Amino acid sequence: MLHTQARQRKPADHSARARQTFTGNRGLDLEEPLIFEIGRAEVTGIDVDAPATTKTRLGSLERTGRSGLPGLSEPEAIRHYVRLSRMNAAIDANTYPLGSCTMKHNPRLNEKMARLPGFGDIHPLQPQATVQGALALIEALARNLLDLTNMSAVAISPKAGAHGELCGMMAIKAAITARGEEATRRTVLVPDSAHGTNPATAALLGFEVKSVPADADGDVHLDAAKALMGPDVAAIMLTNPNTCGLFERDIVEIARAVHEAGGYFYCDGANFNAIVGKVRPGDLGVDAMHINLHKTFSTPHGGGGPGAGPVVLSQRLARYAPVPFVVRDGDALRLVEQTEGTQSFGRMTAFHGQMGMFVRAFAYILSHGSDGLRQASEDAVLNANYVRACLADLMSQPFGERPCMHEALFDDAWLKGSGITTLDFAKAMIDEGYHPMTMYFPLVVHGAMLIEPTESESLASLDLFIATLRDLAMSAKRGETERFTGAPYLAPRRRLDETEAARKPVLKWSPPVPIREAAE
Amino acid sequence: MRYHSLTQEDRADMLARIGVQNIDDLFADVPAGKLLREPLPLSPHKSELEVERILSQMAGRNVAASQVPFFVGCGAYKHHVPAAVDHLIQRSEFLTSYTPYQPEIAQGTLQYLFEFQTQVAALTGMDVANASMYDGSTATAEAVLMAHRITKRRKAVLSGGLHPHYAEVVRTLSQMANDNVASLPPDVRAREDVLAAIDADTSCVVIQTPDVFGNLRDLSRIADACHAKGVLLIAVFTEAISLGLLKSPGAMGADIVVGEGQSIGNALSFGGPYVGLFATRDKYVRQMPGRLCGQTVDAEGRRGFVLTLSTREQHIRREKATSNICTNSGLCCLAFTIHMTLLGETGLERLARVNHANAVLLADTLVNVPGAEVLNETFFNEFTIRVRGDAGEILARMAERGVLCGVRASRLLPGAGLDDLIIIANTEVNTDEDRAAFVEALKSSLQAGAH
Repeated sequence: MLHTQARQRKPADHSARARQTFTGNRGLDLEEPLIFEIGRAEVTGIDVDAPATTKTRLGSLERTGRSGLPGLSEPEAIRHYVRLSRMNAAIDANTYPLGSCTMKHNPRLNEKMARLPGFGDIHPLQPQATVQGALALIEALARNLLDLTNMSAVAISPKAGAHGELCGMMAIKAAITARGEEATRRTVLVPDSAHGTNPATAALLGFEVKSVPADADGDVHLDAAKALMGPDVAAIMLTNPNTCGLFERDIVEIARAVHEAGGYFYCDGANFNAIVGKVRPGDLGVDAMHINLHKTFSTPHGGGGPGAGPVVLSQRLARYAPVPFVVRDGDALRLVEQTEGTQSFGRMTAFHGQMGMFVRAFAYILSHGSDGLRQASEDAVLNANYVRACLADLMSQPFGERPCMHEALFDDAWLKGSGITTLDFAKAMIDEGYHPMTMYFPLVVHGAMLIEPTESESLASLDLFIATLRDLAMSAKRGETERFTGAPYLAPRRRLDETEAARKPVLKWSPPVPIREAAE
Repeated sequence: MRYHSLTQEDRADMLARIGVQNIDDLFADVPAGKLLREPLPLSPHKSELEVERILSQMAGRNVAASQVPFFVGCGAYKHHVPAAVDHLIQRSEFLTSYTPYQPEIAQGTLQYLFEFQTQVAALTGMDVANASMYDGSTATAEAVLMAHRITKRRKAVLSGGLHPHYAEVVRTLSQMANDNVASLPPDVRAREDVLAAIDADTSCVVIQTPDVFGNLRDLSRIADACHAKGVLLIAVFTEAISLGLLKSPGAMGADIVVGEGQSIGNALSFGGPYVGLFATRDKYVRQMPGRLCGQTVDAEGRRGFVLTLSTREQHIRREKATSNICTNSGLCCLAFTIHMTLLGETGLERLARVNHANAVLLADTLVNVPGAEVLNETFFNEFTIRVRGDAGEILARMAERGVLCGVRASRLLPGAGLDDLIIIANTEVNTDEDRAAFVEALKSSLQAGAH
């Protein structure tokens, strides 16, 4: 979640980095040039045999121009990427309480399993008789997802959460079209607090997006939602637990209202990790929900993907699921890859979805089991409430003392008059070694700070995190503004100029202009 | 449970600090009767050893590409990935970080994204590339939407050489978004006239090269003709290694280039996760979907990188965004850029030549196989043969003989009268022995079919 509500500031002059070094390195913190500055096009780090023939069948289409792409030897390449890696914050190194993103531990067993040749080295189009184990895993994972959600069918192929939303909303559109109502049911209701992907998805499919306000407690305003229900409503898209980290108290009532109006209930499952084993979305009246395997089932976030967003569907939508899906033919499993003879709405992606993520998620589910999954949800909620309770006297909560689910939300009312913004506060956390919480999201809360510790954190780790935030909060209240407004002082970079980056975009490396040419 | 860090005593202390009696007090907002109390219908937690046993058993029921002579392609390719790649992408700082929302502590991710964008732009011959998409097929669908935004027209013309899955993804999204698509019939010999399908509402023509049957397509003339009509040319590739040997789509005049990057750095993994590549001209950058990394300076004037032009994106623009996309394919993109850096221009060209040479050798050998005919005049590392008999049966017989020899065209295009076509990929992993095994298996399978 990135928002630019905050302003950039010039830092204070004095810096902990003021001591200069010849190299620009700071002890173990090494600077690293771009590959284009250290590599050469004639260098390669891979030995390739000579081609067995020089005959070609390329017609007139052989490359004539040079790409000029530099190569590095293997030792040079290893060093380049190891140095880059050391400029990143990571869950493995410290608490990463990025709300709404669920930065929990990524078990290494799951990495190992995904790399078994029988999973990692199989081709999506090899004969199905040679991939029965892979199809069995997909079937077993799908069964688990249905059991955990009490839904009727799974669309396996969506590549990420937003892709899953698109899939679910396509299933809804297909159902509406099958009813002959595509011309009249054109409205999708989306709460103000929703992820940006929700309105973007609905708009992509040609729906008209109408906002539903939140009430004073952080829930969707029930009466406002009901007032918007009518024969034009295709669906409501609701996140539960919602983006404020709260369980929507009126969710069953809202589901009933949208169903009575003839529409469907799309649930954004981004926060399913809070309720796995505690609440089944199917019991709440949900018609479609994507599951972020990279959050709830801990497949690695990988610096921004790859994700995986299978979608569970209710009985009313199951028949419209996209291809492919796995069916059983006697003892054998078979992929249905074509829509002919089905009511499937089509295809979301080439091949069959994020198999590498399916293996990891399945390993996670097997490892946790019925008891571990429920415990994980409970611990996630417990950790978040503990953080909330331990900071409540210093930082302000937009919805009072109400218990949260897996993430604790604060606003910036407590910083009023201090000259310190949410952004400043977040940047000061960096100096203390923490990745900041999610800032300025959800949009309905001013200066939002959304903290999701996840179940992975130990009590000792939480206590240190809380003590750090308390120290920062008291420092802010004492008016020690420089600690915040110039932060970070101790990261690989000070604050970066995002305004300039957008004003004059430099989106790739270009060779430096020779001095003589530049002068002309 | 090995992944949980709290003890029962911790939990009790924490509940007391929060001021509630038990954990379900924190779930008090769940509507009456909806909180599960019975056990879930799953087995209890398992040790690492047990999980490894179960998954290894499942994996053992699949035939891995490296176990057999392997010639299956059609959008995903078996290549050798250097050991360094998989080691580096498992560095904690890459594997367990997220989107670089806090650039000061994400310069590692941001710098490799910037390097990746530069590499992709150079390979495709374009001005600018984004920080990757989910895969080649979804990148193609996004390119079509982008062309609609730029031209303010609503119809895409899809070549009959476009990978059928890619075409289906475009058609599905277009149908749902109320846009039009004209799909040309399967074009086995690259003889179609895409220009004839252009009308006043056409925003773009989508052509794949090498196409799904392996033919190379010269886009230059088509690009000129498209531009004369205000139509954008979207060039698609599914085999990124081909860019090392072939004229780049940018050099041939494409306006948007999209493709699958799996071949460089990424495992087959049964179809995903992969990495979509997306490049275009500078003038269209603000209509481009997906994340972009840009160069800037920090408060001390040092070079650094940030995500930029985010006003195109859903988290700022919501329903007015250029796309609903939120993530990219970060780790697959990292694997791509590391492998590409190890190769360099020299290594990539050599690798591409070995791929091409292996395909040429096999095609030449097949001239002497009665009942099999290579249909392509040109190809890179993949071509189509017509066999006497049903391709599916022949493939099954070859699989029984331990050779995974290709994809039957009818699996991708059922009911199109292509039941006797097999699409065959050759890469650097195929040895002389593999090719000999291929030819033997094909000959005996053809004979078995004749009897």
